[in-house]
Amino acid sequence: MTILKLENVTIRFGGLVAVNNVNLSMEKGSIHALIGPNGAGKSTIFNLITGIYRPTSGTISFLERPINGVPTHRIAGRGIGRTFQNIRLFKDLSVVDNVLIGAHTQGRWDLTGSLMKLTPWVKREEGELLELATSCLHMVDLAYRAFEPAGNLPYGDQRRLEIARALALKPQLLLLDEPAAGMNPQEKGTLMEMIRRIRDTGVTVFLVEHDMKFVMEISDRIAVLDYGEKIAEGIPHEVRNDPKVIEAYLGKSK
Amino acid sequence: MGDTLQMLLGRIDPYLLQIIVNIGIGIVLALGLNVITGLTGQLSLGHAAFMSIGAFTSALITIKLGLPFGVNLLITGAVSAAAGALIGYPILRLTGDYLAICTLGFAEIVKVIFLNLEITNKALGLSVPPPRSSIPLPIIVWLVVIIAVILVSFIHDSRFGRALKAIRGDEIAAEAMGINVVRYKVQSFAIGTFLAGVGGGLYAHFISYINPSDFGFLKSIDILGMVVLGGLGSIPGSIVGAAVLSAAPEFLRFMANYRMLVYGGLLVFMMIFRPNGLMGGINFTEIFLRALGRKPHMKTLTEKEKLP
Ligand SMILES: Nc1ncnc2c1ncn2[C@@H]1O[C@H](COP(=O)(O)OP(=O)(O)OP(=O)(O)O)[C@@H](O)[C@H]1O
Ligand SMILES: [Mg+2]
Repeated sequence: MTILKLENVTIRFGGLVAVNNVNLSMEKGSIHALIGPNGAGKSTIFNLITGIYRPTSGTISFLERPINGVPTHRIAGRGIGRTFQNIRLFKDLSVVDNVLIGAHTQGRWDLTGSLMKLTPWVKREEGELLELATSCLHMVDLAYRAFEPAGNLPYGDQRRLEIARALALKPQLLLLDEPAAGMNPQEKGTLMEMIRRIRDTGVTVFLVEHDMKFVMEISDRIAVLDYGEKIAEGIPHEVRNDPKVIEAYLGKSK
Repeated sequence: MGDTLQMLLGRIDPYLLQIIVNIGIGIVLALGLNVITGLTGQLSLGHAAFMSIGAFTSALITIKLGLPFGVNLLITGAVSAAAGALIGYPILRLTGDYLAICTLGFAEIVKVIFLNLEITNKALGLSVPPPRSSIPLPIIVWLVVIIAVILVSFIHDSRFGRALKAIRGDEIAAEAMGINVVRYKVQSFAIGTFLAGVGGGLYAHFISYINPSDFGFLKSIDILGMVVLGGLGSIPGSIVGAAVLSAAPEFLRFMANYRMLVYGGLLVFMMIFRPNGLMGGINFTEIFLRALGRKPHMKTLTEKEKLP
């Protein structure tokens, strides 16, 4: 089943065509990667999928329903979680609060709930959210730091905390923008295991990553972007040997 | 019962009582602004405008309708909150300086409107009769303070409050977590302006004479000063900040003309030595529980975490 589909998606920033007529489709339960040189338009594609940018033209559909023009928070509500290339945690809040905020869409009680904080219904929901947050923290091995301010965590832990926060909205599709950036080889190994475990729970993973070894090892399929255009797509082996991909990364050989 | 309370209050030095009531009103106003600016991170420089809407609404309800004071305050809060939501909806899309400028402009507009309205007696201002209530006003003020403190602390520590803190931290990340940022900002503004209105209503009946010029820019800065001095986002901070800055003018009366100078100096001092406010960064629940020989609820969670 196709979980995500981009059809002829284009976005222009003034004169710059950051994403040019891109087609992409993704099967449920797979790990899909998006690679390409700096400035190729990878993060822009994530911002298009999550509604932070609107495509100039083309359509994006999630679970066979169009999502272009839908506000970001609704897209999250439909089941797309994400992390950010430049980490965007709530740094002055605790680790568990960050994940509880990620679980926002899983709760119902609003302002009235705050005013009725001591009633059993609201308490029960808070308990459920806390349980969900704890299980998400376990997924990324961060439960033991639950009450530290998120800003105090080392870089690698912050990246994993962003994943936990995104998991708390119970996504069907998880977008990871350079999840391994700044990690050492050992951390990258653990991260790979985590991502596989997440996939095994039924979540489709779409990731952007510069570390080729990481991408080749973890991905079921890889799409390659260069100057906003998709220049190749396939299983890791095909992509690695594609002359167009080699050219994009190493420059034209004369 | 009202009579007994009145009698007891009669034994307190009236000057002291006046300061105590001023502090109470200051706390209600500061708590409201703290929801908007401290908890949600939206800088408002027009809090006094909502206080004035509350003051005139409440005064008119007493004058024209003579409703019981409790009902009066609820309607007053609702009217101010409605005004807050109405103006908040378009301007809360703005951020930072632009939002601050808009709230400032809005406050001036409100002042000019009240200065020209027949029903509020234009620039002459309104004389406000005593509230319709058997409970003395100072007691009502402090009952409102207690209720406001409880409700605002409920808000702080709830799903709703976490959404507000998320907006304060990073609006894009908050949206990406499924939080409807505009809606929550407007709701936060409505809560803050509700409290501003109630504070205004209390003020009007306590002072018994109100004039649109009482609620100008300086009053807004006064309230902001309480919030910043105590610590943005801290409830004990708002209480201490309101207490200090409501009582200070009384003790600094001899240098009344230099009040703003002292304020400015105080705020600069704060920015340098305690940028998070007097109470900022102190976790009172934790201290309290520690004092009782208990660790906060983290214990239950860490024990569970040890499981495989
Ligand atoms: N909001 C924006 N306004 C103008 N230009 C933008 C905007 N967002 C992205 N761009 C431009 O679009 C192009 C693609 O940027 P993008 O961030 O998607 O690249 P990327 O593939 O993620 O690169 P990197 O690997 O460095 O993260 C860049 O030239 C960038 O400057
Ligand atoms: Mg990028």
